[in-house]
Amino acid sequence: MQLLQLLISGVAQGCIYGLIALGFVLIYKATETVSFAQGDLMMVGAFGGLLTMTLLGFPFWLAVIASVVGMGLFGVVVERLVIRPILGQPAFSIVMLTIGVGYVLRGVITMIPNIGTDTHTLAVPYAGEVVRLGALVLSAEQLVVIGVTALLCGGLFAMFKYSKLGIAMQAASQNQLAAYYMGIPVQRLNGLVWGLAAGVAAIAGLLLAPITFVHANMGFIGLKAFPAAVVGGFGSLPGAIVGGLVIGIVEAVSGFYLPEGFKDIAPYIVVLLMLVLKPNGLFGEKLRKKV
Amino acid sequence: MRFIFKTDYDQDIRLAKHGGHVFWYGLLCASLVVAPWALPEYWLAQLTFVLIYAIVGLGLMLLAGFTGLFSLGHAAFLGVGAYTEAVLTNAGWPFPVSIACAGLLSAAVGMVVGLPALRVKGIYLGMATLAFGFIVEEGLARWEHVTGGNAGLSVNPPAIGGWAIDSTEGFYFLCLVLCVGATLAIVNLLRAPTGRAFVAIRDSEISAQSMGIHLARYKTLSFALSAALAGIGGALYAHKIQFLSPDQFSIVQSIDLLLMVVIGGLGSIHGAFLGAIFLIVMPQLISLGKDFLPEAIGQSTGLQGTVYGAVLIAFVLFEPMGLYGRWLKVRTWFQLFPFYRKGMFKRQKSFQKSDRLK
Amino acid sequence: MNDDLLLSASHLSVRFGGVLAVNNVSFDVRKGEVFTLIGPNGAGKTTVFNLISRIYTPTSGEILFNGAGGPLKLTGQPPHQVAGLGIARTFQNIELFEHATVLQNLLIGRHTQRRTGLLSDLLFTGKARAAEIAAREKVEQVIDFLDLQHHRESMVAGLPYGVRKVVELARALCTEPRLLLLDEPSSGLNVEETEDMAFWISDIKNELGITVLMVEHDMTLVSKVSDRVLAMSMGAELATGTPAEVQSHPGVIEAYLGTVDDVSSLRRENHVKEPA
Repeated sequence: MQLLQLLISGVAQGCIYGLIALGFVLIYKATETVSFAQGDLMMVGAFGGLLTMTLLGFPFWLAVIASVVGMGLFGVVVERLVIRPILGQPAFSIVMLTIGVGYVLRGVITMIPNIGTDTHTLAVPYAGEVVRLGALVLSAEQLVVIGVTALLCGGLFAMFKYSKLGIAMQAASQNQLAAYYMGIPVQRLNGLVWGLAAGVAAIAGLLLAPITFVHANMGFIGLKAFPAAVVGGFGSLPGAIVGGLVIGIVEAVSGFYLPEGFKDIAPYIVVLLMLVLKPNGLFGEKLRKKV
Repeated sequence: MRFIFKTDYDQDIRLAKHGGHVFWYGLLCASLVVAPWALPEYWLAQLTFVLIYAIVGLGLMLLAGFTGLFSLGHAAFLGVGAYTEAVLTNAGWPFPVSIACAGLLSAAVGMVVGLPALRVKGIYLGMATLAFGFIVEEGLARWEHVTGGNAGLSVNPPAIGGWAIDSTEGFYFLCLVLCVGATLAIVNLLRAPTGRAFVAIRDSEISAQSMGIHLARYKTLSFALSAALAGIGGALYAHKIQFLSPDQFSIVQSIDLLLMVVIGGLGSIHGAFLGAIFLIVMPQLISLGKDFLPEAIGQSTGLQGTVYGAVLIAFVLFEPMGLYGRWLKVRTWFQLFPFYRKGMFKRQKSFQKSDRLK
Repeated sequence: MNDDLLLSASHLSVRFGGVLAVNNVSFDVRKGEVFTLIGPNGAGKTTVFNLISRIYTPTSGEILFNGAGGPLKLTGQPPHQVAGLGIARTFQNIELFEHATVLQNLLIGRHTQRRTGLLSDLLFTGKARAAEIAAREKVEQVIDFLDLQHHRESMVAGLPYGVRKVVELARALCTEPRLLLLDEPSSGLNVEETEDMAFWISDIKNELGITVLMVEHDMTLVSKVSDRVLAMSMGAELATGTPAEVQSHPGVIEAYLGTVDDVSSLRRENHVKEPA
């Protein structure tokens, strides 16, 4: 029974990792750039929800929508200003750029007078409630995380399967110049993808806020999302979620059964195992250069 | 403008290519030697830090800039070197032996970290090094009876038998000697087949292989050398700050190291030094500038992070060749005055191609 | 293995998933000759090269190479040993080291001939310096041979396509090979550059004594320099012989142009010669 309880909390945490991983797998699939800014975008999304509720007095549901849409627009702006000029540069430069963006986001939020340096609670309507299923005690926060993640995945899956967007994204990621020639509006697509990823990050932030509280260093959780993406395979959207779940469960279980300290490094040990056994992840494909 | 009329292959091989090189680098060396008598103690200490970070930067530049292998957890090697040196020095080992051990142990760890490099590339390698970074940091914190764990470990000054180097000047000269040695070693490497093999691996692995370069051996070597330099830098770092704790070798430190080589100028030796200067000087500049900013911004803890991030973004967007690249452009402008043409260093517009197919 | 043969491929096949890219191909390359593989796109010619360079491993079949130490099976060798055995190659899509100068690219070609180890490199001993000068002298000979003098210090990334192709050839020559694999040496070159290439290939054969195995589409170049030709189609051998023999082989013509029936709709009175 304890194990089941652990699993569920692992699944809930894993959904958060999965959502963050989903964000940068989206960006990776479309533009083959790795964005280290997802964690910090998540943090800004959470702050966005907080500020719209406390400063502007929005009710919760409105704050959520405002935050997600706002972050989406912000993602488009970031792409336009900062990412677009350097597509085509080596991947490493772009990674450093996104690290820089993350630094700036964290720094700016910290500079907000009185609010930036403190830890805040996000007043969600379901805070503190629990659901009992037999001997299991599930917190409402966990259920909401799992439920929203499932809905979001379903929505994204439908969008990619039934629209031209998915194919266009893949084309642009494999050969940008050819995609231009085929009439794909590559730059607009990239902006859209960044907006989408930022929106997903905002949702992750709002889901995480009741669990870890809102503070400027929330974004570091984003680092755990990288193992999730590696496990799932960097180019695979379902892989991101599955990877996140794997990491979440591994963390929960090792936190309980293994000595102290293993909880934090368990995801990274999983990464190394994965890279040795199946370098392209559970769902990734092996691509090889043809000479 | 300078025209070098070449009559001898040696002119291409030797380090100082012409009189100007001899003069300026000679002047630099002379000023570095004279520094302890010319600079106030605080600035001498900062210069020592620059030398230490430059050693580490040279290692990371070799790995990332010249071999194209990106290490997101480089602080781990710094930490291994630092703690090895601390433990051995505290146990009374003479300095030359302890620092050699620090370097060798870091090199060994580097070879282990480099194992994934033999199988995966690009972002996957980055993830593997990131993972190792976290694991080593946690390991240092957990192995309490050796490292003191999160409570920290204080470090004795470097000593050989009874003779200890505990003055700022003495330690500065130690760092200077090691830094010069490291620089010469790397520069020699790069004008020899080993260094060229590294560059070949960076630019086209499949082609390097067809030229007879054993990829696994050279990638491992690159990791080992890079880690060894980071270990030696770490050992000096331990003596400089005199008190170690595991959180000094976290991902934040790793990113700082990457920042250093990127802003300095990836793929150049000068870049390691310019980056180290940037890393040490930047906080000073921010402190100086704080007073001119409105209080809400100037006194905030977020200011340093914002400035670092903004500078990094600016460099990647506008000056991908880094500080060294900017220096080259400025120098060329002066050398060719008034014939400098605007498009001289223009990057060719490149379109993004799939990294997975490289 | 016959001593006047340099390379002997027998019953070579390689399968990628469901695709049989090379199907039971056998051929011999004699010492000192220029042997050309021709065939339509997708025939498997570059795949054969990749098998010899050990980028791929054959699913069946054997490649024997008559190197300095006598005949040995290539199929067991790791890819980085191939250059040391005396086999150099150029790539169809040019795989130069973009962020290095032409001189550095060529010096990397000398890697198999290196006589110094890590320690001599780090300390740059007199031995290392002497080795550097020796390498430079060899590289300069190749630069002279291919007229690359004014490109020595240029970064490869800024060079025009035609020059890059020559640098690719130069780099392969710097390895002092016994067998040179040229993958489409004239693709992308204009008429003059192709003529230069033809002269160079002849010089490589006659002056340097290097055996050349090449893949080529330009039939004029093929006829001009090749001693023997192997035509391939869809992974299988079609015909082997002198250029004239192969070019008039009915199977080869069909592979390139199609049969009489395919062409009949394009025929105009008195203007089309019947295939022989």
